[in-house]
Amino acid sequence: MTTHVSEGPVSAARRDFLKTGGALVVTFSLGAGTAGTAGAAGQAAPAKTVALDQVDGFLAIDARGHVTVYSGKVDLGTGVQTAMAQIAAEELSVPMNRVTIIQGDTLLTPDQGVTFGSLSIQNGGMQIRQAAATARQALLAEGAAKLGVDKDAVGAKDGVVAPKAGGKGVDYAALIGGKDFRLAVDPKAALKDPKDYTIVGKPVARIDIPDKVTGHFTYMHDFKRKGMLHARVIRPKAMKSTLQSWNDFACRKMPGYVGVVKKGNFLAVLGRSEWAAIAASRTIETTWSDWAGLPDQAQLWEYVRNTKVNKDEDLQKVGDVAEALKTPNAKIVTASYNFAIHTHGSIGPSCAVAEFQDGELTCWSASQQTHLLRKQIATMLSIKPDKVRCIYVEGAGCYGRNGHEDAAADAALIASETSLPVRVQWMRQDEHGWDPKGPPTLLDYRAALDDKGNVLGWQGEVFIPDRPKDIAVTLLPAELAGLPHEEAHPGNIHQSLAIPYTFPNIRAVAHWLAETPFRPSWIRTPGRMQNTFGNESFIDEVAVAAGVDPLEFRLKNLKDPRGAELLQALAELANWKPQTSRPTPAGDVARGRGLAFVKYELVRTYVGAVADVEVNLKTGKVTVTKFHVAHDCGQIINPDGLRNQIEGNVVQTVSRTLIEELTFDRSRVTSVDWASYPILKFPDVPDVAIRLIDRPTEKPWGAGEPTAAIVPAAIANAIYNATGARLRSVPFTPAKVQAALKST
Amino acid sequence: MKMTLNVNGKPVAITADDPLMPLLYALRDDLGLHGPRFGCGLGQCGACTVLVDGKAMRSCVMPVATIGGKKIVTLEGLGGPGQLHPLQRAFIDEQAVQCGYCINGMIMQAAALLQTNKKPTEQDIKAALAENLCRCGTHLRIVRAIKRASDAAA
Repeated sequence: MTTHVSEGPVSAARRDFLKTGGALVVTFSLGAGTAGTAGAAGQAAPAKTVALDQVDGFLAIDARGHVTVYSGKVDLGTGVQTAMAQIAAEELSVPMNRVTIIQGDTLLTPDQGVTFGSLSIQNGGMQIRQAAATARQALLAEGAAKLGVDKDAVGAKDGVVAPKAGGKGVDYAALIGGKDFRLAVDPKAALKDPKDYTIVGKPVARIDIPDKVTGHFTYMHDFKRKGMLHARVIRPKAMKSTLQSWNDFACRKMPGYVGVVKKGNFLAVLGRSEWAAIAASRTIETTWSDWAGLPDQAQLWEYVRNTKVNKDEDLQKVGDVAEALKTPNAKIVTASYNFAIHTHGSIGPSCAVAEFQDGELTCWSASQQTHLLRKQIATMLSIKPDKVRCIYVEGAGCYGRNGHEDAAADAALIASETSLPVRVQWMRQDEHGWDPKGPPTLLDYRAALDDKGNVLGWQGEVFIPDRPKDIAVTLLPAELAGLPHEEAHPGNIHQSLAIPYTFPNIRAVAHWLAETPFRPSWIRTPGRMQNTFGNESFIDEVAVAAGVDPLEFRLKNLKDPRGAELLQALAELANWKPQTSRPTPAGDVARGRGLAFVKYELVRTYVGAVADVEVNLKTGKVTVTKFHVAHDCGQIINPDGLRNQIEGNVVQTVSRTLIEELTFDRSRVTSVDWASYPILKFPDVPDVAIRLIDRPTEKPWGAGEPTAAIVPAAIANAIYNATGARLRSVPFTPAKVQAALKST
Repeated sequence: MKMTLNVNGKPVAITADDPLMPLLYALRDDLGLHGPRFGCGLGQCGACTVLVDGKAMRSCVMPVATIGGKKIVTLEGLGGPGQLHPLQRAFIDEQAVQCGYCINGMIMQAAALLQTNKKPTEQDIKAALAENLCRCGTHLRIVRAIKRASDAAA
């Protein structure tokens, strides 16, 4: 758990340290220690700054010289906590075991934005690095002053400032221990030279793993409060049903049953034990109105294509595509792709605890966005955001905005109605049925080629649900209870439709749609996965039309040396042989390989992959045997953590590409468990070979999502290479593969 | 209803109002053993796996009243921070965890496998864990960790 124990009051002596005689005056004043606060709701605690521009927002060094890092970005099981500790430990020159991370507590941590978009290290980590660099400079100055030597003559090692020439030093505890820095983050504070790194860039073992393999880790699901009740929410019969009546008569005879909370169409049962709540949820009788407003799944793509377009937005415009596509005698290539609705599929269903005392709500949640959640809960309950405290406790991996926030709002609503501490955990059918979804995505492409295989024009269009101004997914209980809430925002799903290739005429356009069937949300690599599936499948089709090897074709059209270097590294790793003809299948199994590449959002991480596949020509089953991945995210913080993320990206996205598809009837989601929404299992997991390109002197970029972007196209292109069949609809089910094989 | 269970080598007393309550709730909520985890309540994902008389079983679908004197071993019973089980050691060495929510099931399933197959091949391991789901995609590391543990035991 992430509550923090107070170190107790520290003398409020205010001292200014001025290094005189030089141009640079480093000042910091040591005020009362306010870094700690108890976790209890409503308990008076000294206000710790959470300002993004203050060193104290991010860091505290206690009387033992122990460093506490306050991170607004949270570890969603990706190892970010360890990486953040590495960054802070490195910049402060303290050993890793002297660093503790407090994550995502709205009372204690700065609002560094939602933990999404592969931005934790790139943005959040760099804010922490800069705060630590500022602190380091201040500590060096203060240490030098104490030692009576020039600042240039001292260095820091293991939390001690000492003369470079040798001799006795002074430790951080003596310099700052327990007091505030009261120092603004200096955006120009000198950073440590990467050549001196001893912690960053090393495969440091993750902090959380020992507890996770012994059952000693406190997940959200393990978190308890004294006197806590358990609740289960009764879901409507159909997505937009109205609750007509309910009867808990039979529940009242059950031991441990407490009662219900009902507000609008929100209905929850409470029990003294978890099982009592579950048993009551299965016993209570409810009647709901009929509702059948969902589109026919068999006609989903026609539905998307016919949805009203609110507006068009050019995401990339070079030259004049319309003219280029009219070029006389040009070869025109067209294709349409679609990408199914996916669910996040967290292994642990969403869970939260809330308590409401004296008009203040405290909520413990595995939310990726505690600061945003605070605002959303405040809106729902019509109270001020400063009356809400959200505290992050790690849960099961969420891979985007899953149900964690909704469960938190369930708990908050029940706690506010009952003034009792309450724990809500979703059941499996809640998670699969009611978490917000990655919207269905449709993509159309058109390109013109001259007779030498040059691309004259490229047009990509995507059909995606429109977004309101503010990014947030509607809180489910607010919607059900008819309480104030934000409009649904699908995330920045237009990203990565723009292409890295330098064709003379390019247009990438988003058609923002007026509606989408399910509450939209971001799921790992939101939009970038779908758009890259379209882009990198279509460029393969264009390369085939041009009669050029797909690797050569990309290199020819990529005027980006770093991207070219990446592709060369990939070719070497995968031992790529030019694809000028397709291999002849032997027997029932066809083998092939396909390539895909992305420069994430055209501004950051480069990643390329080659997929090796086997296609059973009789059954249509696709097996991905191996993935080769070359990855350049600039400076690598933890190479093993990075590999873990890349492997996970590949495996999870192979699952999404080959198997996953939400199913629904006209009223509700029908894929509500692992039998109806299966995911990849061990026997079908591919091998993964990885080549990391480390650039220690460059900025670190994100790695939680980019690899996933290229997996679907690499597989589609490999299936084409193996069989001549184009798979343009994710997932590549055996039925779709068989149909595509028939049409070749 | 009061009953005694044999958990991690010790008799423990619990009170269950409902004989149909799955064993998982007794372990987690009454005994505070957080190794086994609720994932689906349907026996589909494996997050709740414990050893029952040495066999890997889904505690989320086993009514507590049917347990009787059977010997239950949870992740905590395999080993702890000071005395790691070889599988726990190997999972740390291979860094075979992302969010870790499924890892209880992976280790317990592997513990059952290694009792009957001391030198499993990669294929044996994948087959044995086929009904244990991981969403983070940590499978390759999990297989390597189990291989490492079995090699270390040789």
